Amino acid sequence: MATVFIDGKPYEVDPSRNMLQVALELGFDLPYFCWHPALGSVGACRQCAVSQYKDADDTAGKLGMACMTAAGEGTRIGIESEEAREFRKSVIEWLMIAHPHDCPVCEEGGECHLQDMTVMAGHAYRRYRYGKRTHRNQDLGPFIGHEMNRCIACYRCVRFYKEYAGGRDLDAFATARDVYFGRSADGVLESPFSGNLAEICPTGVFTDKTLGEAYTRKWDMASAPSVCGHCSLGCNTFVNERYGAVRRILNRYNHAINGYFLCDRGRFGYGFANREDRPTTPLLRRVRGGAPSPASATEVAGYLGTWLAEPSGVIGLGSPRASLESNFALQTAVGAERFYHAVPEAERALVATVLGLMRGGPVPTASLREAEDADAVLVLGEDVGNTAPRLALSLRQSVRHAAWRVADKAGVPRWQDNGVREAAHLARSPLVLATPEAGDLEDVALASLCGTPDRLARFGCAVAHAIDGGLPEAAVPDAVRTLAARTAEALLAADRPLVVSGTGCLSEAVVRAAAMIAGALHRRNAATKQLFVLPQANSAGLALLESAGGVEAALARARAGDIHTVVVMEADPDRVADPAAVDEALSDVRHVVVLDPLPTGFAARRADLVLPAASFADAAGTVVNHEGRAQRFAAVRPPPGDVQASWRWLRDALARGGRSEAAGWQRLDDLTLALAARGGDLTGLEHVAPPAEARHAGRPLPREPHRASGRTAVHAGKTMFEPAAPPDPDTPLRHSMEGHYAPGRVPPALLPFLWQPGWDSEQALNKFQAEITGPLKGGDRSVRLLAPDPDAPAPICDPPPPEPGPADGTWPDPADGSWPGPADGTWPVVPVWRVFGSEELSTAAPAIRARMTPPHLLVHPADAEHLGLRPGAPLTLTVEGRRLTLPIALSETIPEGTIGLPAGFPETAGFPIAGATTAR
Amino acid sequence: MLTAEERDVITGLLGHYTDPRAAVVEALKVVQEHRRWVPDEALPEVGALLGLSAHDVDAVATFYNLIFRQPVGRHVILVCDSVSCWMLGYEDIATALKRRLGIGFGETTPDDRFTLLPICCLGACDKAPAMLIDFELYGDLTPERLDAALGHYA
Amino acid sequence: MRDEDRPLTRNIRPGEPPLDRAGYEEAGGYRALKAVIGRRDPGELLDIVKDSGLRGRGGAGFPTGMKWGFIPMGPDAPKQKYLIVNADEMEPGTFKDRFLLEGDPHQMVEAAIVAAWIIQASDVYIFVRDAYRRATDLLRAALAEAREAGYLGRNILGSGYELEVHLHTSAGRYICGEETALINALEGKRAVPRQKPPFPQSSGLWGRPSVVNNVETLYNIPHIVLRGAEWYRGLGKGADGGTKLFGASGRVKRKGPWELPMGTPLRELLEAHAGGMHDGHGFRGLLPGGASTGFLVDEHLDLPMDFDPIQNAGSRLGTGALIVLDDRTSLMGMLRNLEHFFARESCGWCTPCRDGLPWVERILAAFAAGRGTAEELDILEMHTRFCGMGKTFCAHAPGAIMPLETALKYFRDDFERGLTRAA
Ligand SMILES: Cc1cc2nc3c(=O)[nH]c(=O)nc-3n(C[C@H](O)[C@H](O)[C@H](O)COP(=O)(O)O)c2cc1C
Ligand code: SF4
Ligand code: FES
Repeated sequence: MATVFIDGKPYEVDPSRNMLQVALELGFDLPYFCWHPALGSVGACRQCAVSQYKDADDTAGKLGMACMTAAGEGTRIGIESEEAREFRKSVIEWLMIAHPHDCPVCEEGGECHLQDMTVMAGHAYRRYRYGKRTHRNQDLGPFIGHEMNRCIACYRCVRFYKEYAGGRDLDAFATARDVYFGRSADGVLESPFSGNLAEICPTGVFTDKTLGEAYTRKWDMASAPSVCGHCSLGCNTFVNERYGAVRRILNRYNHAINGYFLCDRGRFGYGFANREDRPTTPLLRRVRGGAPSPASATEVAGYLGTWLAEPSGVIGLGSPRASLESNFALQTAVGAERFYHAVPEAERALVATVLGLMRGGPVPTASLREAEDADAVLVLGEDVGNTAPRLALSLRQSVRHAAWRVADKAGVPRWQDNGVREAAHLARSPLVLATPEAGDLEDVALASLCGTPDRLARFGCAVAHAIDGGLPEAAVPDAVRTLAARTAEALLAADRPLVVSGTGCLSEAVVRAAAMIAGALHRRNAATKQLFVLPQANSAGLALLESAGGVEAALARARAGDIHTVVVMEADPDRVADPAAVDEALSDVRHVVVLDPLPTGFAARRADLVLPAASFADAAGTVVNHEGRAQRFAAVRPPPGDVQASWRWLRDALARGGRSEAAGWQRLDDLTLALAARGGDLTGLEHVAPPAEARHAGRPLPREPHRASGRTAVHAGKTMFEPAAPPDPDTPLRHSMEGHYAPGRVPPALLPFLWQPGWDSEQALNKFQAEITGPLKGGDRSVRLLAPDPDAPAPICDPPPPEPGPADGTWPDPADGSWPGPADGTWPVVPVWRVFGSEELSTAAPAIRARMTPPHLLVHPADAEHLGLRPGAPLTLTVEGRRLTLPIALSETIPEGTIGLPAGFPETAGFPIAGATTAR
Repeated sequence: MLTAEERDVITGLLGHYTDPRAAVVEALKVVQEHRRWVPDEALPEVGALLGLSAHDVDAVATFYNLIFRQPVGRHVILVCDSVSCWMLGYEDIATALKRRLGIGFGETTPDDRFTLLPICCLGACDKAPAMLIDFELYGDLTPERLDAALGHYA
Repeated sequence: MRDEDRPLTRNIRPGEPPLDRAGYEEAGGYRALKAVIGRRDPGELLDIVKDSGLRGRGGAGFPTGMKWGFIPMGPDAPKQKYLIVNADEMEPGTFKDRFLLEGDPHQMVEAAIVAAWIIQASDVYIFVRDAYRRATDLLRAALAEAREAGYLGRNILGSGYELEVHLHTSAGRYICGEETALINALEGKRAVPRQKPPFPQSSGLWGRPSVVNNVETLYNIPHIVLRGAEWYRGLGKGADGGTKLFGASGRVKRKGPWELPMGTPLRELLEAHAGGMHDGHGFRGLLPGGASTGFLVDEHLDLPMDFDPIQNAGSRLGTGALIVLDDRTSLMGMLRNLEHFFARESCGWCTPCRDGLPWVERILAAFAAGRGTAEELDILEMHTRFCGMGKTFCAHAPGAIMPLETALKYFRDDFERGLTRAA
């Protein structure tokens, strides 16, 4: 600790920081623009100027930038000095010279850092009387709006997009007052992290286009804490809503997970919750073969209750996109032995294997924060950029440890961003990528290897063997063995090595090999961590509930004849099985019930009863992320129409059917408690969030900011009286602006939005953190359910057997003629994932649809030549009698002799991938 | 669009630097030598040779005032507009040039013969006012002497 | 002056082509190189440079020996170390480096090699502005000749010392002359300056120890190592040793450049060397070292042209290129021209420079047209305070504002006259 003086008063502070950060942490209001907690200091905007004094006798002082001043022992600054205040005011005056002053029509208005800082710095009166320079704006695609005239040239956008996120198509152009931030030419921003520009830009240059479509001010939107449902990482979000529609998603800082940034799938994937065609009333098929028609909630509860009254004839399909509580309700309703997971058996088994490796092995699982802290990383099998994008952003930061080491040696403080980058030049910590096709981290990787899942697993075994010679050897080509040795060496040399894998390859061999590497490393270095990406937001939660198997088993059971009712909850069987096989299996089932917020083709075709289920926006729930971290999301609006959480539909039906299990289920907390009471992995689940009756200063929490306006006007067409806010039994949050909102003292799990007097923008976050970039005041807001077992033996597995091909087990190579191409037209298919297109909920969102490119089968150029196919030519895959025809695209990195199938697209979902496949 | 020759010269530059990026300005100048300016289509190709995106190349290109990102005429006139030349008659020279060519700064004559641009101090203050035509220095200019200078360029 | 008293320019015959290698060697060239490479201990040579009192001729006047002293030496030092020659000369009014490079390119090559030996550099980058095509061609030829003679390359004169000299031609922009912006320019980036510390000597080009020196600074080096510090100090008239290329522009009779002892009085420069003002023009003031220095007026003419006395008078020695304002040229027009230059050449990184200077330029235009306001006089004052050293990211804006600041001090009346007259 060091003693520094601010305006004459001493403070004990961490000397590794800069004075701007220190001042903000101590609660001073010191304006800034170019500094950002995650990006560090560059000293460009000059807004954070303070007086700097040599010693106690120096009263004049000299101006300097707080963000570029180390908080060393005895540092003395004056924030309130006349000169500093006047200078800071001048900086705003300069920035405003060419600013259009279009706040009334600007999307940033009301939550604009520039507005906040203008008020804070005290600039009010315009003295500049000459012309303004103007710019042309660009069309940057469906996500991000561009209005360059508002730019104040803080350089944050390009620093985030290019330097932090590795984007290649946004930059700073020209010089002097003409500096321009955008692309070289109009076009869709390529980076899957582009949405962060809307938050990182301190004014309205880069804005959220999806918000702009039906624009609403921040102060007119309800807001609720939520958890992203578009992959297994569980990034924390704020959901904003007005007039019943979700208007946008904002990052909700979570120190351990997403920090300051989200991916675009998470930010723009919300649109499915607003779809006009989403079910809002129950639909009942009253006559066999007839059309379904609307029914009342009581009526359908009666029907479903009757069917559920005989559970022995009912099976349920739970879902990795439904909450833990809803899955629990379904499991309770049908019984564990008739509860199935609506995922392919291979996926179910694989997730179970991964959870087993997490709690049955000695190696702790890394959070995203810990992944970022790793100083050597091996990614085995998982294309994280497409299956868990935010993780790719963390891994991109992990390579910076080498740079920090150089900087430490050179005496450059780590927060001095450009200094670190310049000193370190290309120094990077090792990151080795072994994936089916090249992904987006190639540019910072030490080495990369592409191969079929089996080849990757054998490479993984070779790495493990290189770490510990006692582990089984794998047959790999010499070059691969050399890479394995290099990888092992890098991991062994690291202080905090990390092995990343996941279910993306749909391969047991891959995840087991990854766990074996992590285990071998862990014996040598207890700081070793592992991380497994899972298929969906609540895959881990679903896996914690005992089941009778995956979708194949469920269909087999239905086919067996003793089943009269099948309940499909928040899942589309067409995405996980062959629709024809599904229909055939269900042909004798009398009642097919679907609960879903999405209008699925399956429901329309086959459901006898469709119950409108709540989306993440309409009801609260708990989800468990890839690391076994349970987190609570809250509803942002009262559910529309008859919509309610799936568990409530089941509860009502069970009650009508005379079953007692659901009698105590009044609020979400009742289910969470019941789950927690099961013990085991679920122990402690009740601590995931404060209970619904929790009060803050004796009052509930508001979802709307104080300035929310027009509530009466919204309903003016119906009544002049202000309607009461509907109750929310599941959280302490109210659907109104009434309640108590004390910035910095709201428990983080319930924090509905960020605001603080004088800080209307997301930058108010600084005031909610005890330490900037540290946890929020009030501590953790989640429960880690799966703990490693320090005494467990490290897992061991055997490498997959060498594939047919060159006899020595080496990989066939078209270049040397050792790869003749598949002789009999049988091609192994490798799943490949796309950040926009492979995930079910987001593909139902218009913004994501606009950003998706239609799926192509990926073929190596050598194979395309072999097949006589040109790019774009159609190719038909035939598997187990099913056919899929898609145009091909060439990929240099997809392994020769295989075909890459983009998984999860509307066109490809449900087409079998695992197992041998033939193609022609 | 780059010719084999342009590519060869650019690749040949790489040996001088630890990092291929360092050759970007000189690479752009190679393109410019061959086609007077740097067209949009050249950006991705130059970038590919150096491991940079087109945007990154353009960010650098637009920083430097002697990389032309818009077409220029066959001959480029760079008139020094800095203080020493200004004191000794820059304005007269500029006015005379504009009148004679019928264009303003930043413009090209309709016959594509000349492009007129300002430039900062040419280190020729001892010969002020001064200008460059195709990087050939003309000093001690008077409006009368301009014609002789311009006459050298077809 | 005798040839030996003007080491920088003694080989230069204006109007004649420069000496080739043979001619240069005949005139005593490459003697320093032969005497030191592989023969003299770099540390010992560094001490000589330190003792000589040589201060940088690029404008800032930093002691060269001290600057080099920060370069890590010895077996633990990084292998890659760089000497960067700053031949970007774009400071308005300045034409000395072009004169040297066009007049005696071999001296540049020898100087670079000797200096590189002293700091044990692995590579030299000569960063030349694009407009200096002739200098570039001459340097390229000189380098080829030097390489042929074995003065460059793997094993220089059998010493085991390996050195490459690379010629990098830039593409415009004044800011590239700022040493850290220059490093970014060399790395192929936008030439925005870097924060100091870290100084280039510890972390410069590609993160390696680097020294940036002006052309003229380096031209002194071969002579200093050959003849010693004492001789060099003796060349100067005042506190600073050596000679300097001075010059003048504006309405003076002769413009130079002249190589003269450091410490030559301003009056001597103006009256003896520049020959005084053109007939019919009186002297009003001058910028002593390029556009980014402050005005000096009559009362300063007896000052010696040394770094400290000029600094103490509220200006800077800068490049030693006088820009002389006569009594018939509009001060406001001149200031406007200067600020137009600085506003246009701002790199666009920091706010006061990027957004302040264009405002200043417009205000000065208004004053030049007699349409200034009293409030704008305050705004100009505000800029003189808030574009100063430490307030902006680099020294560009502080340099830009110095002529304005001093003009407000010495020529207040001109500003009053620029105010909109009440009807
Ligand atoms: C805006 C700006 C422009 C500069 N331009 C030049 C230049 O063109 N040539 C030069 O030698 N130094 C220039 N300098 C000074 C350099 O930053 C640096 O101090 C100098 O090259 C160091 O060499 P020296 O120590 O040999 O003088 C400039 C400085 C600034 C702030
Ligand atoms: S003062 Fe600022 S904007 Fe001006 S040149 Fe220096 S860094 Fe760039
Ligand atoms: S925040 Fe300190 S200079 Fe921008």
